Order: sequence, then C-alpha cells, then structure tokens
Amino acid sequence: MWPIFDYGRFVSIISSSDVYGVVWMRSLAQLHKMANLRVLVGVKRVIDYAVKIRVKPDNSGVVTDGVKHSMNPFCEIAMEEAVRLKEKKLAKEIIAVSCGPAQAQETIRTALAMGADRGIHVEVTGKEYENMTPLHVSKIMAKLAQDQEANLVILGKQSIDGDNNQTGQMTAALLDWPQATFASEVTKENDHLKVVREIDGGLETVKVTLPAVITADLRLNEPRYATLPNIMKAKKKKIAKHKAADFGVDLTPTLEVVGVEDPPVRQAGQKVESTEELVAKLKDSGVV
Amino acid sequence: MNFLRLVGALYRPTGVISRTYCPGATESCRLSDSLVEALSAAVGLKNISTSYAVREQHGKDESYHEPQPADVVVWPESTNAVSKVATICYDNNVPMIPFGTGTGLESGVSAPRGGVCLNLTKMDQVLDLHPEDFDVSVQPGVTRNALNSYLRDTGLWFPVDPGADASLCGMAATSASGTNAVRYGTMRENVMNMEVVLPDGTIINTAGKDRRTKKTAAGYNLTNIYVGSEGTLGIITKTTLRLYGIPETIMAAVCSFPSVQAAVDTTVMTMQSGIPIARIEFLDDVMMDACNKFGGLDYPVAPTLFLEFHGSEKNVADQAEAVAEIAQMNEGSDFQMASDPAQRKKLWSARHNAWYAGLALKPGSKGCATDVCVPISRLPEVIVETKEDISKSSLIGPIVGHVGDGNFHSLLIIDPDDPAQIEEAHVLHERMARRALAVGGTCTGEHGIGLGKRHLLREEMGEGTFNVMKALKHALDPKNIMNPEKVIPV
Repeated sequence: MWPIFDYGRFVSIISSSDVYGVVWMRSLAQLHKMANLRVLVGVKRVIDYAVKIRVKPDNSGVVTDGVKHSMNPFCEIAMEEAVRLKEKKLAKEIIAVSCGPAQAQETIRTALAMGADRGIHVEVTGKEYENMTPLHVSKIMAKLAQDQEANLVILGKQSIDGDNNQTGQMTAALLDWPQATFASEVTKENDHLKVVREIDGGLETVKVTLPAVITADLRLNEPRYATLPNIMKAKKKKIAKHKAADFGVDLTPTLEVVGVEDPPVRQAGQKVESTEELVAKLKDSGVV
Repeated sequence: MNFLRLVGALYRPTGVISRTYCPGATESCRLSDSLVEALSAAVGLKNISTSYAVREQHGKDESYHEPQPADVVVWPESTNAVSKVATICYDNNVPMIPFGTGTGLESGVSAPRGGVCLNLTKMDQVLDLHPEDFDVSVQPGVTRNALNSYLRDTGLWFPVDPGADASLCGMAATSASGTNAVRYGTMRENVMNMEVVLPDGTIINTAGKDRRTKKTAAGYNLTNIYVGSEGTLGIITKTTLRLYGIPETIMAAVCSFPSVQAAVDTTVMTMQSGIPIARIEFLDDVMMDACNKFGGLDYPVAPTLFLEFHGSEKNVADQAEAVAEIAQMNEGSDFQMASDPAQRKKLWSARHNAWYAGLALKPGSKGCATDVCVPISRLPEVIVETKEDISKSSLIGPIVGHVGDGNFHSLLIIDPDDPAQIEEAHVLHERMARRALAVGGTCTGEHGIGLGKRHLLREEMGEGTFNVMKALKHALDPKNIMNPEKVIPV
C-alpha cells in the first residue's frame, strides 16, 4: 500500500547534503501543505442518544424500526472539527462518508449542511449491514482515503451503538499512517499536527506528521447546528454512491452476535428495624 | 373554612417548614382504599405511589411556598389513562393537580385540598414533526431542551426559553415567556393547538383534532383560554407548537450604563427603532456585583444590558452597530461583542447565573422571585421606584429584567427562618405589583397567578372581567376539582 506522496521524506532522502536545497524544498513543501488538507470524515447513522433503547423480544438485537436515528455524537464533533479547519483556511476540501442503508444519506446531508463539500455513500443493506464491524468499515475508509487522496481522516472516537472504539485505529494501521486518538485539541504546526489526547491519567500531547488519522473525543469542540439556509444549500451538494465491493472489501461477517439482553432489573431493597436485624440479614446472605 | 386557614398560613409569618402548617398534608393518604385501587387499575400498579416522600416532592416547585402534598401521585402513560383517572376523580369529587417538571415559581403544583397529583412525565414522545410546516406536537414529558435536541438536524428550534428546562405543556399551562420573547413571542403566540382532558374525562382538541394552521378564524379561541390556565380548567396532554429557523448567526453584546434610566432608555429607543433584537436583558448594579463575585468576573458594577442579535451575518452586524450607537447616545460604555459560541457563552455567563449569584450573596437564603410587566415607556420610573423601595427595606433585591417586554424580576433574598423578612418580602412584592397595576401593567408577566397573586388578579381585572373568568371556571370545572385554590378562588 503506497501512502500519500510525502514531500518531506522525499526531500530529505535526495538532498541531505545540500542544506539550502533542503530548506528551500522543505518550505515549498510546507507552503504546499498549508491550505491543502483534504479531510475525509466518517459519519455514522445511529439511534439518537436520547431514545430509550429496547431489546427485541427474541434477544437478537435492539429495536430500530420507527426509532429516531441521527448522526453519532462523536461523528458530529469530528465533522465540526473539519469545518473549523476549513474556516481557518487549513483545509481545502471536506468529504463526508457513511456506510449503511439508503437512510445513511440523511446523515450525509446533515454533514453537508454543517459544511462538508461533498459526500460518499457506501451502500450496505440488510444482513450485511447488521453484521458490519469496524474491520469492514476501516478497510473501506483506508481505500477511500487513498482513492480520494485525503491527507487527514477524522473519525469519532467510537459510535454510541457499537462502542467499539476501533475504526480509527484500524484505519490508521491499514494506511500505515500515524494516529492521534481521543483528541480534545488539534493545532496545525508547520507540517505536523499537535494533538492533545484525553487519556485515563490526564492529558497527553503528541505530534503527528501528515497524513494522519484523528479520532474525536467529547471535549474537542461543540458542534454547530445545521441552519435552514445551509440545509437548502446542502441539497445541491453531490453524494456519490458506491458499494463495498467497489473498494475490494468483502463484507462476510467475522463476528456473530449470539444474544442481546437487558441489564437485570433492579431489586427492591429491604428495610430493617434494628442493627441486630441488619447484621442477621447480612450474615444470612453470606456477605459477612 | 379551609380557605381562611390557607390564607392565614400564607400571611402568618412561618418558621421552619412544619407539616402542621399545611392544612391538607398528612402522613397518610386520605383517599379510600377502593379509590386508590381504582386509580391503580387505571394507570398500572407501577405507576402509583402514596409514599409521603414522593407526595411531598410533588407538592412543591421552585417557589418559596411550603410544600402541600397531594394524597396520591400517579404516572399515567397515555391520554386514555389520564382520561380514566379524571373520570374516577370526577365521580368521587377528588381534586386533580397536573405535574410536569416542578419548575414553576408560583406554587402551581401544591395541593391545598389534597387529591391526586398526575405526574405526566412518562408521556414523553415527540409526535408529528412537520419541518416543512414549521410545527411539531409534543406530550407533557418533553422538555424544551429535549425538543430542541430532537430538532437539531432539521434546522429548526423552539425559541421560548424561560430559563429552566421546563415541560413544554407545563409552559403552555403557565403561558411561559423568557429571554427570547421580545423577538419570538411567548407561549400564547406559539401554541397552535392542544389536546386537553376535561375534569370529567372528556378528551378535546382546542383547535380541532390534528389541526395545525398558522392562523384561523374558526370559533372561540379555546387554545388561548387553556394557555395560562395553570391546570385549573383541564389537563394538557399534547401541545402543537410553532417552530422557527435556527438563527444563521448569533452575536452577543454587553454594555454598562451610568444609571438605570440610561439603560432602560436605551432599551426603549432600541425597541422604538424597530430593531429585531432577540434578547435584551437588564441587570442592575446589585445583580452585577453578585455576578462578579459568583463567577469571578470583573464587569463594571453598574446597570448593564445583555444583548443578543439573531440573523444573517450582515443583518446581525447592522443591528449591533445601530444598538451600539443608541447605547453611546445614552452614555453607555464598555461595549463588548462576541460571535464565537465559546466567547458568547462567557459574555452571557453573568446573566445565566444571575439567580444563583443572587442567592450566593447570602448563602443559605431563599429567593422570592417577583414578576411584574408594564408598558415599556413606563419601565424606567417603575424600576427606579422599586429600587428605592427595596433600598429602604432591610432586604437585598437584585433586579433582572426582560426589559424589551417591559418585564422585570426583583429577586428578594430572604432568610427562610426569619418571619419578619418573609413578611417584609411580601409587603415589597405587593407594592411592586400595585405600582405596576397603577401604570397599566400586570401583576405577573410570566410566572402566573398560582397561590400568591389571586387577590391581585381581581384588582387587575376588575369585577366585571373577574366575574367572566369565574363563570368560565364554573362552566368548565363545575365541581372545582381542577387544581383548586389556584388562579380563581371558588
């Protein structure tokens, strides 16, 4: 897999002895990269975060029919970050991608209304869609990143239905690109990105060279609402339709969901009249 | 007899919240077992409670009035369940009190005669969204933030913002308003139709079933009779609301003034220039001091206006420029603007935290939120006189005002354990209301009548009008079981 042509590395290989040449070529390279980010943003259609999830009676999954769906909140944050990069004139084009059934186009339209320039809908339906996993998605994203000549992929850190937190990392590995996950701040510095990551111990700051994959965490930004005029404009923007096979990706499931259950119902507590009774009950239940 | 005891309880200086002062409240439910069983059958066993803690929680809101619990709380999950409950209560002459989010400010959910409290929050669906027609119908459990979150992909929003994340049907019941009313109107202007369960269980739609037109000339305006009725004429189980486009650009601004007169004059001139300002809020110097201390801010401690402009980028810039000029003419200073969302939030944080900042001036205190509304041209004199009145008393009363509507609130800070202070607050409040009435105003701009302002309603309306209201109450609720003792005493 040949990564996006990297001027920086190429230059340092051919003219390591000619200092002025390197500096001159490097600054050209920097200029070239300044307003030149082509950003690929993944946006997933999921059940809306405010909906009360119900498990299907046959425990095969959750009820999705007639239930409100919307863009995964972390994808909204990823999309917002891409739009801000464009507003700062660091990105020149934003492409929004979604894999799913026909309704995924609504999610792409929302991304277009937020500021994406064009959309790509990879149509996946029925059982194939139900069994789709991050591995399939990341293979598609990686191929798309190459085909579209993107040099930055921004994804949400995880989706609120799968909670897998894998797609960004797998995509970076398939592309052999550096990754900066759980980003809470992204700054462009010369030819690399400085990313502050939210980790269990606090905050970690990393530098990644471009091209790179970033996954967005909650505090990265507050996404804008789509306004009516932007929704109108979005209707004119193009969404290209593809199938997974177009990218050489086989959607044969690699995982099988065996069952989905509700969490156990909370049991009522018991009231006791005295400390003696409390201790007796604790002893009976084997806790003490 | 009960009514006199109630009046006594309100006006007698009260100390620590004591159950003996609540004429209707008892440890145990006073309804018969068979009645409670019938209610259980109507709503389901898991949707009923007679536990005192639950009942007490449902007997109070955000006002400073004492809790007055009902005898039982039910959670109907559908309009039909509400209707069944109403039929049972009607047949047994048991009072009913609808309950939404409990964020009211005039004790609208208290149950001075006990009865059944209907907590409607389990009915929480957004029904029938029509983005092309700018309308949506919601059940009582949908709060305004929940609705706006639901609508976020459509480019639409419901702008009425009373501050709290209140139930939309509850907002309809109290004719809520808020900071955006100056541009988008109050609930009166934005409710198109409502489904209401009458005290005897009949289900009606105030504008006809499923009707949702921008305007109509058909028959009596029942929708607006129920808007603001505070649960005294029926139980609202669905509201159809008018939606608006999310503003393209929002710009916030803050400006300080040397005097209350200057700030309010600026407001009056802004309104008279026809500038479609979205929010124009007034905070007096006492409030600014509180906000500075609470939020670690350093605004000048002076009468201040907080402004917000909505529109296209060009539009908003023009509006802001025009208002900046007017402010300058009135010796305004420290004019700050922001359009970036994070900065706007920071700029407005003083206004958002005003209530808490006021209470923080005296930790442990409670706030008596007063509310009057007058014609804008009379606003300067009313505010100035009110401030003088408060300064002569022993209380602090920072002022916050939706000055674009001529509406302002003085948050009277009282020690809940000091009967003298409670009494003083009452007296100040009464004088404020009468001052407003004297200049053609109203004793309540947005909080409602509830328990505390019934006598003021009579004064405001006059005998003739008040009698019409009484006749209406009698016609729609002949047994007086709908939220009794509120708005119109019977």
